[in-house]
Parts: sequence; C-alpha cells; structure tokens
Amino acid sequence: MRLTLREALLSFRRAPVLSALAITTIGFALFVFGLFSLVALNLRSTLGEIEERVEVVMYLTRGTPVEVVTVAIGDIQAFPEVESVNFVTEDQALERARQELVEFQGIFEDLTANPLPASLEIRLKPGFRDSRNVSAVADRLSGFRFVEDVRFGRDWVEKLDRLRDIAGVVGLVIGAAFAAAAMMIIATTIRMTVLARSREIHIMRLVGATDGFIRRPFIVDGAIKGALGGVLAVVLCYGAYLLVSRGLFEASFFTGQQASLIVLLGTVLGLTASAASVGRHLPRV
Amino acid sequence: MIRLNKVFKAFPKGSLALKDVSLHVAKGEFIFLTGHSGAGKSTVLRLVYADQLPTSGTVRVSGFSTAGLKRRDIPRLRRRLGIVFQDFRLLEDRTAEENVAFALEVTGTRRSVISAKVTRVLTQVGLATKANQYPRELSGGEQQRVAIARALVNDPLVLLADEPTGNLDERATRGVFQLLKDINATGTAVVLATHDLDLVRQAPFRTVELQDGAIVYDSREDEPAGEALVER
Ligand SMILES: Nc1ncnc2c1ncn2[C@@H]1O[C@H](COP(=O)(O)OP(=O)(O)OP(=O)(O)O)[C@@H](O)[C@H]1O
Ligand SMILES: [Mg+2]
Repeated sequence: MRLTLREALLSFRRAPVLSALAITTIGFALFVFGLFSLVALNLRSTLGEIEERVEVVMYLTRGTPVEVVTVAIGDIQAFPEVESVNFVTEDQALERARQELVEFQGIFEDLTANPLPASLEIRLKPGFRDSRNVSAVADRLSGFRFVEDVRFGRDWVEKLDRLRDIAGVVGLVIGAAFAAAAMMIIATTIRMTVLARSREIHIMRLVGATDGFIRRPFIVDGAIKGALGGVLAVVLCYGAYLLVSRGLFEASFFTGQQASLIVLLGTVLGLTASAASVGRHLPRV
Repeated sequence: MIRLNKVFKAFPKGSLALKDVSLHVAKGEFIFLTGHSGAGKSTVLRLVYADQLPTSGTVRVSGFSTAGLKRRDIPRLRRRLGIVFQDFRLLEDRTAEENVAFALEVTGTRRSVISAKVTRVLTQVGLATKANQYPRELSGGEQQRVAIARALVNDPLVLLADEPTGNLDERATRGVFQLLKDINATGTAVVLATHDLDLVRQAPFRTVELQDGAIVYDSREDEPAGEALVER
C-alpha cells in the first residue's frame, strides 16, 4: 500500500505540469458544476420560501353556522394533502384588513356592516404545493355546500412548477456535461502517464508484477488528482460566493457535508476515469 | 522443469519462426542456445516466459502449461524465472539498489526482507560498493550485473539470458559469463542465447543450435538433429 502511494505520488514529481493541468481542469469543471449547484441551492431555498405561501382560501357563505364550519374543518384536515386549516371569522377579516390597509383607514371607519366574508385558509404539506395537487384540493373544496368561492394563485403555482423543472433539468445536463469533460481529461492524463511509463510497466511485468499491482498506482493517482480538483473547486466556489454575497445579494454557501460531497465527486470521477483508462491502455503497452 | 513439446510459432506477418521445436531443460542445467540472427533464439525464450504463446504444441514451465494458461498465471510463472537482456532494461531514475529492490517490491515482498536480499545479490554480482549509483554512472558490464542481480533476487529456478553480452566488450563479456557460470554452480539453471561462438567454445555446456526456427543440433544428443530428437 505504501509502495502504491509512493508510486502514485511519483507521477506528480515526474510530470508536474501534466499533473497540475489535470488537477486544474478537474478543478474548473467541478467549479462550474459547483457554481451551478450553489445557484440551484439558493434558488431552491427561495422557491421554498415562496412555496410556503401557497395556500387555498375558501370563502364561506354568509351566515354559515359555526357548527357546520367546525365539522368541515375536521373533514378538510383529514385530506392527505392538508397541513393546516385556519378559520378566519368575518370580524377577524375586517380587523386584518384594517391593519394591513392603513391607507384606507377612513373607509373602514365609515362602514356600518362588515362586507368581508369569513374564510378558511388551507395550507398544504410540502410535497403537495404544486399546481396539480393544489387544483385537486381546490376542486374538492368547491364541493362543500356553504362555499362561496375557492381561490388560489393558479398562475404562479404553475410558474413555480416550471421553474423547478427547468432548474432540475439544466442542473442535470450541465452537471453531466462537465462530469464527462472532467473524466475525459483524467482519462487522457492517465493514458499519457501509462505511455510515458510503458518502459517501467514492461519491466514490472517481466519481474512478475500482477496486472492489479501495476494498475493500482494509476488508479490511486487518478483518485488523488480528482480529490485535489474537488478541493480546488470548493475553494474557487467559495471565492465566487464571497464576491457575490459581499456586493450583490445575500446567499448561502455549501454546508460542510455538501462541500465534502464535491470533493468526493471529484475523487470518484478521477477514480472511475483512471480505472477505465488504465484498463484500456495497459494491455497495449 | 522447462519442456517445449512440438512447438510451432507463426507470427501474423511472417513465416514460421519456430518449427517443431522440442526441448527439455533440466534442473540446474546450463544450456547455450545458438544460431544465426533470426534463427528463433529470442522466440524460444519469449515462449518460456509466456510473452508469446505457441501457435501449436505446448510449453511447460515448472507446473505451468501454456495449455490452459490464464492471464493471471503469468506473473506467478515469471516470478520463478530470472530474465536478462542485451539492453539491460534498468530504470534510469533509480539506483542499482533500487532497481534490484523494485523486483521484490512489485511482487509484494515485505520491506524488512528486501534490504537484506538486495545486499546479498549485489554482493554476489560484485557490485556491493556501487549500490547507490545510477545506471548512467555504471559501465555496460556493471549495468548488466545489476540486471542479473535483479533477475536473481527472486531466487529463480532458471535464468534466461538473451544475448546478455551483446553490448559488452571482451573483458566485460568474460566477467559476465563467469558470473553466469558461478550462478549455475549454485544450482540455478541457465539458458544463454548467444551467437558468440567464442563464448560457446569456452565451456563444455550443452549446446542447442537453431536454424530457421528448427533445432539442428543438440550436443546432448551428440548427433545432428532430425534423427534423434526424442523427448526424455
Ligand atoms: N513479433 C514478431 N512479429 C513478426 N515476426 C517476428 C516477431 N518476432 C520475431 N519474429 C520473427 O521470428 C524469427 C525469429 O526471431 P528471433 O527474434 O527469435 O530470432 P533470434 O534468433 O533471436 O535472432 P537475433 O540473434 O537477431 O536476436 C525472425 O524471422 C523474426 O523476423
Ligand atoms: Mg534475439
């Protein structure tokens, strides 16, 4: 094992330029990937905040008895999609309007009767805040007899859906493209090292080294380069994050776990690419 | 120990390199393998260390047979052999000592054992004092001694030497040959491929001559081949 590590590290000393090139390219590939992940991550938390506000409001017919409403609340709470139901009485609605619409204070003062209906505000559970589920719930709510009207922001619930889909697809495509590029670069550097060391490999074979033994340093080499590339990517991402969050807007950075995931990703990329490359080129030298 | 049985070898773009070669190398034997350039000497050796497989016939080396030889058997087979070449094949960025140790390291020998073994073989080939020199700091004869030390360090059953003196002057040639004889005296079989007939005349060892891929003479038979090439 120690020998394997020494052999792997030797490749850095033997071909410092090539090694540095490999690490920086992997670093940059993962950097772009990481940047996108950061954007997606921040976008997702923003989307989450918006989603929080998705709710279905059910306006009640004037004069609906409280007992009927209480039974209905029980029914609605039993819906699998529903997180909470909040009953807003006519008086509460008016009070809220007074507080929120300060500019129109005068109008409310002049009112002799309360024009606002009572309502039920229904919040959905996290997995059900997309347009399909929201409409389904709204449809079911319209079925109650004492319902005056059911409202939800249909348009922007749908837009939210689309945004989420696009973010997911773009992330996947860009991520895959860069992962592929990074792997090709590692495979190439490994191929060059295999060729550069063909004489040594030849001698190893002559003295009875197994294929596995010959292969190991190259794979460790690729894994180390991938890991270093991952570390570089995290550092670059942090630089970019500092730049953006200082000047432009508030954002959040990777958690320690997510950062190590990028390093791990680099390691796995390096490992896979070098294993494939060595497997292909070793039998030919 | 080594047994070639009715071996034919054809290369993709060539005529027959070996034709019906049968040869047995016994334990501790010293054999000269002679013949003109292109006669097939290197090919015989390459078949023995499984760098090539016979087109037909079988090659058996110490329990391994080319019939049913698997890729992963090859390293184990080679660990029982020591191989040296005309061009030494040393690693330029390693000292004499490291070159020899390399053969042990790649076969997974424990580190504690390596240093003692390396010192022993370097002493055996007379290079104990030059252990820390790089190949470029050694003469041709000395480099070949390092290569021989590397071949010996795994305690091989047989030393295969393909034209080991081809790049050496007369004095160095004599030195290397003497070393090979000494090695043989300790019980290691030696197969020495050479077209240096002076060398062959210097010692009374068994001589096998190849011509156009066929054995035409074997001193063990004491008569021209073709008539009495019976396997023993
Ligand atoms: N890889 C190969 N592909 C095609 N032909 C080959 C190959 N290796 C050897 N040969 C042919 O096989 C024949 C025997 O070659 P070999 O190297 O065994 O000769 P040799 O006796 O060692 O000669 P020399 O004394 O010059 O080293 C030659 O005709 C050579 O051209
Ligand atoms: Mg030859």
